[in-house]
Amino acid sequence: MAEMVNVRINGIETEVEKGTTILQLARKLNIYVPTLCAHPDLRQAGACRMCVVEVKGMRTLQSACSFPITSEMDIFTTTAKVRKVRRDILALLLKNHVGECQTCKRNGNCELQRLAAEFGLHDYLYGKRTERRYSVDDTGYAIVRDPDKCINCKRCVRTCSDIQAVGVLGTLYRGADTKVTTFMEKNIAETLCVNCGQCINRCPTGALTEKDATSAVWEALEDPNKHVVIQTAPAPRAAIGELFGLPAGTSMTKKMNTALRLMGFDRIFDTNTSADLTIMEEGTELLIKLKKVYIEGMSKDEAGLPGITSCSPGWIKWIEQFYPEYLPKLSTAKSPQQMFGALVKTYYAQKMGIDPANIVSVSLMPCTAKKFECERPEMRDSGYKDVDYVLTTRELGAMIKEAGIDLPNLPESEFDSPLGLGSGAGLIFGATGGVAEAAARTIWYIVTGENVPMKNLEVVPLRGFEGVKIATLPKIEKTAPGWEFMKGIVPKIAVAHGLANAKKLMDMLKAGELEDVFCIEVMACPGGCLGGGGQPQPTSPEIREARMKAIYEEDRHLPYRQSHENPYVHQLYEEFLGEPMGELSHKLLHTHYCRRSRRM
Amino acid sequence: MSVIYSDYNVGAGLSKALEMTPEQVIETIKESGLRGRGGAGFPTGMKWEFARRAEGDERFIICNADEGEPGTFKDRELLRDMTPVLLEGMAIAAWAVGARRGFIYLRGEYRYLLPVVNGAIEEARRAGRLGSLKDGFEFDVEVTLGAGAYVCGEEMALIESLEGVRSGEYRNRPPYPVEKGFINMPTVVNNVETLIKAAKIMAHGSGWFRQYGTEKSTGTKLISVSGDVAQPGVYEIPFGMTIHELLKMVGGLGAKAVQVGGASGICIPSEEFSTRTIAFEDVPTGGSVIVFGPGRDMMEVLENFMEFFCDESCGYCTPCREGNVVLLETVRKIRSGQATRNDVDLALGLCSTMRLASKCGLGQSVPNPFESIMGHFGDEALARAGERR
Ligand SMILES: Cc1cc2nc3c(=O)[nH]c(=O)nc-3n(C[C@H](O)[C@H](O)[C@H](O)COP(=O)(O)O)c2cc1C
Ligand code: SF4
Ligand code: SF4
Ligand code: SF4
Ligand code: SF4
Ligand code: FES
Repeated sequence: MAEMVNVRINGIETEVEKGTTILQLARKLNIYVPTLCAHPDLRQAGACRMCVVEVKGMRTLQSACSFPITSEMDIFTTTAKVRKVRRDILALLLKNHVGECQTCKRNGNCELQRLAAEFGLHDYLYGKRTERRYSVDDTGYAIVRDPDKCINCKRCVRTCSDIQAVGVLGTLYRGADTKVTTFMEKNIAETLCVNCGQCINRCPTGALTEKDATSAVWEALEDPNKHVVIQTAPAPRAAIGELFGLPAGTSMTKKMNTALRLMGFDRIFDTNTSADLTIMEEGTELLIKLKKVYIEGMSKDEAGLPGITSCSPGWIKWIEQFYPEYLPKLSTAKSPQQMFGALVKTYYAQKMGIDPANIVSVSLMPCTAKKFECERPEMRDSGYKDVDYVLTTRELGAMIKEAGIDLPNLPESEFDSPLGLGSGAGLIFGATGGVAEAAARTIWYIVTGENVPMKNLEVVPLRGFEGVKIATLPKIEKTAPGWEFMKGIVPKIAVAHGLANAKKLMDMLKAGELEDVFCIEVMACPGGCLGGGGQPQPTSPEIREARMKAIYEEDRHLPYRQSHENPYVHQLYEEFLGEPMGELSHKLLHTHYCRRSRRM
Repeated sequence: MSVIYSDYNVGAGLSKALEMTPEQVIETIKESGLRGRGGAGFPTGMKWEFARRAEGDERFIICNADEGEPGTFKDRELLRDMTPVLLEGMAIAAWAVGARRGFIYLRGEYRYLLPVVNGAIEEARRAGRLGSLKDGFEFDVEVTLGAGAYVCGEEMALIESLEGVRSGEYRNRPPYPVEKGFINMPTVVNNVETLIKAAKIMAHGSGWFRQYGTEKSTGTKLISVSGDVAQPGVYEIPFGMTIHELLKMVGGLGAKAVQVGGASGICIPSEEFSTRTIAFEDVPTGGSVIVFGPGRDMMEVLENFMEFFCDESCGYCTPCREGNVVLLETVRKIRSGQATRNDVDLALGLCSTMRLASKCGLGQSVPNPFESIMGHFGDEALARAGERR
C-alpha cells in the first residue's frame, strides 16, 4: 500500500498517495489549474510557471505540475495572488510573441490563445513586439518552425529527446535571448530530424506546424484536366472527428468518404488495400528468410532475421541514421502509402485507360513523415512521382471546414473500387502492434493452413500501449504441406512504438537478447499511426487509447479480417502483379535504403 | 574579536567531532545557531540533520565556492588562506551526515587557486584528515571548476552543473538537495565560510561561537566591502552591527546608500544607516557590501544591476526570463525621461510576480534591488525626469 497524506485544496479535505503532484490532485478533483509546459506524455519541467498555486506557510508560490505532495499541506489554486501572477506570466509571454491569430494554423486550437481568452486579457500589459526576431524555417518537407511564436515551454525538446530519441531540438543562449532551436541552429532539413511530427502534436502554439499541402491539393481538385485520387489511411478515420468537436475514437470512415466526394476527389480509395499487399509481400519475404535458415542452414543474421518492418517512414530515417548496420534486416517492402502510389499510376491507370501524367495521387495520412517519404527519390517507380501530395488529418479537417462541409452530419458512403477494399488486418496497421498482428494472422494461415488460434483472430499479446512488447505465439503443432520445417517452432514477435522504445529494442537486439524473435515491428509514433504527427491536437494517452479502441472495434465488424482473404489482393496479383516477391512486385512494391550519417 | 581568524590548530575540530557520535555533532552545530553564510541563512545543523535522515544509498557534501555575487571576494581569501580548515569542515559534515565523497565547486575565475586547494587536499590526505578517518568512515574530496554562470552558484543549478546538465534545466524543488541532490542522493551544499565556521565551532564549542552576534544570527560574518570607501577589503564583523558602524570602520561615512548582499541584495539609504543592522533578521547578506558615495546616480546603479540580471538569467522560467527585460526597460525609460508613475507601478507589480513565481533564487531575488532602489530613489528620478521634459 502506498503511503497516504492528508491535504486540503481550496478547503476540500482529502487524502492522496505520497508523491502525487498538486496538479494531479487538482485534476482528480476537477479543479482547473492552467498549464503550458506540462504535458501528460512528458516529464515535468516547471518552466512556464503558469500553474502556480499558493501553499500555506510557503514564501513563494509553487508550480503545481512539478510539486510532489509529501506531507500534509493546505493548497489554494485561485487566490488573488495566484491570479495576478498568472496574468502577468501570460502578459510576459505575449510580449515577445509575434504572430497574428487570424493567420495562424493554430487559430481556434492554440493553448496560448485559449489562456488569453480564459483570463480575459484586454491589453498587452507589458507591451507587444511587432517586428520578428527570427525567421520561419520551412526548409524541410514536413516540419515548419516559426520561432517567433515559441513560448519556450520545451515540450518539443522533451518530445524529441525523450519520446523519440532524436534530440535535434534544444535550448540556446540565456535570459531573454533563450531560444528553442535545432542542433547548431541548422535548418530543419539539414538536421537529423526524422519528420515524425511528434513535436508538433505537443506544441501548445503555432510555432511548430506541418508543411502545407492543402493549396496544392485544392489546385489539383479545381483543375478539370486532372484525375485526382485519394487514398486514406486507417488512423485519420478514428481521429478526424476530434476536429469537429466529436469525442476521440469516433469512427468517421464512411462520412469522410462522402466529404471527400463533395470536395471533388475523383476516386476515394483505401490504403488498407495496400496494407494487405504489404502483409503479403512482407510476410512472403519473412517466410523466405525463415526457409533460408531452417532449410538452407544459413545463419539467422545472414538471412536477415529478425525481419524488421518498414512501413513507418520516421522509423526508416531513424534507423538509417542511427543503426545503419541493421538495414539488411529491414523489410524491403514499401510502406502501404508508397505501394498504393506505385499502383495508382500503373495498374489503376492502365485499367481505367487514364494517362498517368494526368493523375494526381493524394494520400490522407496521420503522419508528417509521409510528406518526406513521398519526396524520396526512390519513390518514383511508376515512372512518375508515386504519391504527389500528402495531407495530414489536420489538413484535411481544415479543408473540409473551408469547404463548408458539416462532416459529423453527413450521410455515409463507401470507398470506390478497385482499390477500395481492405481487410481488418490492413485497418489495424493504425495501432501499435497492428502490423505484427496482421502479419501473424496471415503467416500463421500460410504455414499451418488454419487461422491463428486466438479468439476472434485477436492476437492480444501484441496489443496495448506498453513501450516494448515481446509476444510469444502458441507452438506450431500442425503445418501445411511444404512448411513442415516450421513444426515445433514457437514464434516470437517484438513490438515497439515511439523511437525511444525502438532504441531500447535495437539495443536489446544488439546485445543478442532477441535471438528467438522472428520479426520486429516498429512504429515511430507513440501508439502507432493513431498517435501520428499529423493527427489532431491535443494528444494524450487517453485520446490515443480511444482512437485505438475505435480501430479494433471497426476491425471486428469487417467482412474480411485477414490480408490473404482480401479478394482484391488476389485480383491484383492475378491481373497485374504476378506473385508476392515476384518481378513486378519487386519493381513497384519494394525499395532500398540509404545509410545516412548520424553526424551533421 | 574573531572567529575566522582565531587561533586554531588544524585538525582540532575534526578530532573533537570524530570523538562524538554524528548526532552529537549535529546537536553541537544546532546549539551554536550557525546559519548558512552563502546568503540564504538556512540553519546548518538542520540541513545536516535532514540529509542524515533522508533515504539514499550514498550521501554527498558539496562546498559551494562559486562566489559569483558581484562585490563578493571573501571566499577567495578563505580558500587562499584556510583550505585546510575548510576540508576539515567538510569532513565533519561528512561524519555528521554519513557521506563518503565531497566536492569543492570552485568558481571558474578562481582557477589560479587550484594548486593551493589541491595542495591542501594532498596534505590533508597525508596527514590523515582526509581518507580513512575512523573505523568504517572514509571521506575524500575532489575539486570541480565552475561553469562560469552566476546562476551556477544556486545550489540546484550547481548540482546540475556537477552532473553535466545544462544549468537550470528540468530540476524542480521540492525535493530539496538534502533529499535528492547530486545523482538524486541526499546532498549537503554549504558555503566555504559556513564549513570553516563549523570546524571552529567543533574545536571551541557552541557557547564560544554564540558570544558573538545576535540571538537569531549568532557568530560573525565575513563581508567584502567595495565601492566608495577609504579601505575596501574583507572584514569580519559580529552580526548586529549597524550600517553606520560598518561605514565608520571602513572609512565610508558620508555615503548616499549601501547595497548589502550584492546585486540581489537590498539597498539601504543614508536615512536608515543607524537603524538597520547586518543580520538575517534585518539586512541579510552573503558577504557583499557595496558603498555608494554622494555623487552616484542610483538609477545608473540599478540599470547596471538589471543588465547583470538580464545577462545572468538562465532563461528557463517565464517570470525571470521575460521579467528582467521589462524591469531594465523601465529603468532606462526613467533615465531617458520617458517613464510615468504608471510604468514604475507596473514594474513594481511585476516584481512581486517575479518574487512569488520564479523558479530559483535568482529570479526571486531580483526584486530586492529593484524595489529598494526604486522605493528610495525612484520618485526623485521621476521628478528629475519630469523637470527635464
Ligand atoms: C543565483 C544564486 C547564486 C548563488 N550563488 C552562491 C555562491 O556563489 N556561493 C554560495 O555559497 N551560495 C550561493 N547561493 C546560495 C546557494 O543556493 C545555497 O543556498 C548555499 O550554497 C547554501 O550554503 P549555506 O547554507 O552554507 O549558505 C546562490 C543562490 C542563488 C539564488
Ligand atoms: S500561436 Fe496561438 S496565440 Fe500565437 S498567433 Fe497562433 S493562434 Fe494566435
Ligand atoms: S519531427 Fe520528430 S524528429 Fe523532428 S524535431 Fe520533431 S520530434 Fe524531433
Ligand atoms: S516550439 Fe512549441 S513546444 Fe517547442 S518550446 Fe516552442 S512553444 Fe514549446
Ligand atoms: S529564476 Fe531565472 S535563473 Fe532561475 S530558473 Fe528561472 S530563469 Fe533561470
Ligand atoms: S505547467 Fe507547471 S510550470 Fe509550466
